[in-house]
Amino acid sequence: MSDFLFQLLLTFDATLRVAAPLILCGMAGIFSERSGVIDIGLEGKMLAGAFAAAAAAVMTGSPWLGLFAAIGVSVCLSLLHGFACITHRGNQVISGLAINILASALTVTIGIALFKRGGNTPSLEQDMRFRPIEWPLAETLESVPLLGPIYSGVISGHNLLVYVALLAVPLSAWLLFRTSFGLRIRAVGESPEAVDSAGISVYVLRYKAVILAGILCGIAGAYLSIAHGGGFGREMSAGKGYIALAAVIFGKWRPVPTLMACLLFGFLDAATARLQGVELPIIGEAPTELMLALPYILTVVLLAGFIGKATPPKNIGEPYPKGK
Amino acid sequence: MAGEVTEGGASAPSSPLKPYALETCGISKSFGEVHANRNIDLQISTGSIHGIIGENGAGKSTLMNILYGLYQADRGEILINGEVAKITNSAAAIKHGIGMVHQHFMLVDLFTVLENVMLGAEEDFALTKSVASTRALISRMDKDYGLTVDPDTKIADLPVGLQQRVEIIKAMRGGQRILILDEPTGVLTPQETEGLFAILRALRDEGATIMLITHKLQEIMALTDQVSVMRQGEMVAHRATAVTSREELAELMVGRKVLLQVAKPDVVMGAPVLKAENLRYVDDNGVERIKGLNFDVRAGEILSVAGVSGNGQTELLDVLAGILPPSGGSMTIDGTKITAEAPVGPAGMRDLGVSHVPEDRHRRGLVLPFDGLENSILGFQDGPAAGEGFAMDKGAIAARAQRHVEEFDVRPPTAGLRAAQYSGGNQQKLVLAREIDAAPKLLLIGQPTRGVDIGAIEFIYERLMEMKAQGCAILMVSVELEEALSLSDRILVMSNGEQTGMVNREDADEKSLGLMMAGIEEGAA
Repeated sequence: MSDFLFQLLLTFDATLRVAAPLILCGMAGIFSERSGVIDIGLEGKMLAGAFAAAAAAVMTGSPWLGLFAAIGVSVCLSLLHGFACITHRGNQVISGLAINILASALTVTIGIALFKRGGNTPSLEQDMRFRPIEWPLAETLESVPLLGPIYSGVISGHNLLVYVALLAVPLSAWLLFRTSFGLRIRAVGESPEAVDSAGISVYVLRYKAVILAGILCGIAGAYLSIAHGGGFGREMSAGKGYIALAAVIFGKWRPVPTLMACLLFGFLDAATARLQGVELPIIGEAPTELMLALPYILTVVLLAGFIGKATPPKNIGEPYPKGK
Repeated sequence: MAGEVTEGGASAPSSPLKPYALETCGISKSFGEVHANRNIDLQISTGSIHGIIGENGAGKSTLMNILYGLYQADRGEILINGEVAKITNSAAAIKHGIGMVHQHFMLVDLFTVLENVMLGAEEDFALTKSVASTRALISRMDKDYGLTVDPDTKIADLPVGLQQRVEIIKAMRGGQRILILDEPTGVLTPQETEGLFAILRALRDEGATIMLITHKLQEIMALTDQVSVMRQGEMVAHRATAVTSREELAELMVGRKVLLQVAKPDVVMGAPVLKAENLRYVDDNGVERIKGLNFDVRAGEILSVAGVSGNGQTELLDVLAGILPPSGGSMTIDGTKITAEAPVGPAGMRDLGVSHVPEDRHRRGLVLPFDGLENSILGFQDGPAAGEGFAMDKGAIAARAQRHVEEFDVRPPTAGLRAAQYSGGNQQKLVLAREIDAAPKLLLIGQPTRGVDIGAIEFIYERLMEMKAQGCAILMVSVELEEALSLSDRILVMSNGEQTGMVNREDADEKSLGLMMAGIEEGAA
């Protein structure tokens, strides 16, 4: 196998690992925003989830309890968001920002109080984490040309939560476009009056949507600290929530295009990691800083309207009932 | 559950003793100081089309929203098929067999017809059963009542008339037998209106009970069996449509009030300041709101535009003020001709010497959170009123505003309060002062005394007479017939966007105006 192909496969493999939390947060954002609630707090929920997962895993020794703790904490923040802007009709952007600031500060404060390591958790033992899963026959098939390396190198060998993230996409698409729940979620973001006059509670629907978003963000958080990483580090979400939000807009609030956007961001991230220090034609050695900044620059460029007009749900950001 | 209601409605014996489909006893509802509904008693017979008529703001929509559970009545009871019903939300109303077609459609534009009809009435999570049964329902509605609509078209791609059909199907999908329609024809073309009426008649003949809310007399006469008239939050009369007339209903809607005596100055009228020729306006939905008006207003003349509200007067004011562009014909203001091809905006109109006191002062006349000083230069912020240069000259503005306050006897006598803190009459005085200060050649004034107390009314009338004496041409739109009779030299009557009469004050009386307001052309009766 050529070296280039090998590098490419390694990059694809890394892409999936980088994209997994983006995908989970992206699906979370889709549900919340489709219901009409802006979810800038993806970042904070994921960060709080990451901390809860690592802390619980350290204390109990079980990754599963870590996962549940992450989901629980993230859902609590979702409910806080809902209480502020669904029940009390507050500003959704401000509430989301507050959650991000809260999560950023609280994780460090509680972390110092619990572990006295400057906000980080102790490193996790192997059995406290979600370990890579080798698919059946991965080693045997590795020698099959092309397909073998793809199967064993890219598809096999990720931890459980990567597969959860990938499964979340078709599941979200099905839920959103093929079920009564999805019909109502989509309707409430477009025209809450229509939902209300049909005798369905706008509040209950929006709460369901933000809780679902909380669950997904919690899983994303757990992925960062106890599956991909081996412990919690302060600010470890590092803007991934915002990038996921960008992917949602880029994907026009649809699961599969959002997945693609997440993979693109993931790929760029993975590629820059590989390209650092590599001699490239024309520009010479790839400047590290530029490569690191590339995903973020791309986010701005894409959002500035490169990919056509993204029409958000019509009633996004509007509390219900209006006026009053 | 909806099934039970259906059976109850359909199997009731058709004896004279059968209970009313819907009855209200002493319904009252206030919003703050405003009594939107006062002691409403209403009885709707099963299998009839019952019209509720009244002017805008008479409380019709509030009553319907109470019946559909969107508002809660402060007092009173609702009976359905003779039994007291607690309707605390729209889900309860639906359960009790009430369906509603709102004035503003409650549809999700991006959804298909099928999805809209299904929404809220889904039978299974994966929607397979729901889709099948909704398809069946839509084709049944088509067969039974002529409610033809393609289930797979997006709402956004449908004309308004068909969107309304979707609303009707939605309102009846659970077997509802009482259908409330709130101003259903406001957005429809005449052909679509005819289609709607045919559907409603078919529904009634099948035993459904229909309540039609409207302010259009011709619809009441064309469609209903019974009619109830509302005025200022109260139910003032119930009639069988067969034994009443448009004139009687128009009079009941508007009411008779004591004429205020106003001393009219003797003014020699000058040349026409405003001349409208075949002036037309078609709105964004393609509905013709103004259908070819021909009139002029001379210097020193007050021309009133009378009519039941919602017959094109609001649009006429907006067109004349430059807020809406004319769609056809022309208006000539002080020698400048304005057409659809060369429209002039509100600022341009102001430069031509047109001042505008809008009908809705809260939305168009004032910025309520701003204080009196800032409001006093609205529309004049670029002119000398705001002082020289880029920064506002606070001193000059304050002096000007203080002059307004003194000349117009605004109370409290300061311009420093937020506009929302003044009473309705004093708000109107502030607007009037600002507009008159520009020394207009043509003053447009909508509902000069709506929400204004008696003292302020007299004051405003006197100021208008002063303007007239100074040779200003005044065009006034008022739903108060006695106001038109008290103030004007000539009265233009509009009905359904058409000019149905132009009479001199001396030749006008309430009865003849009422006929014209009802759409019966001048001289035809």
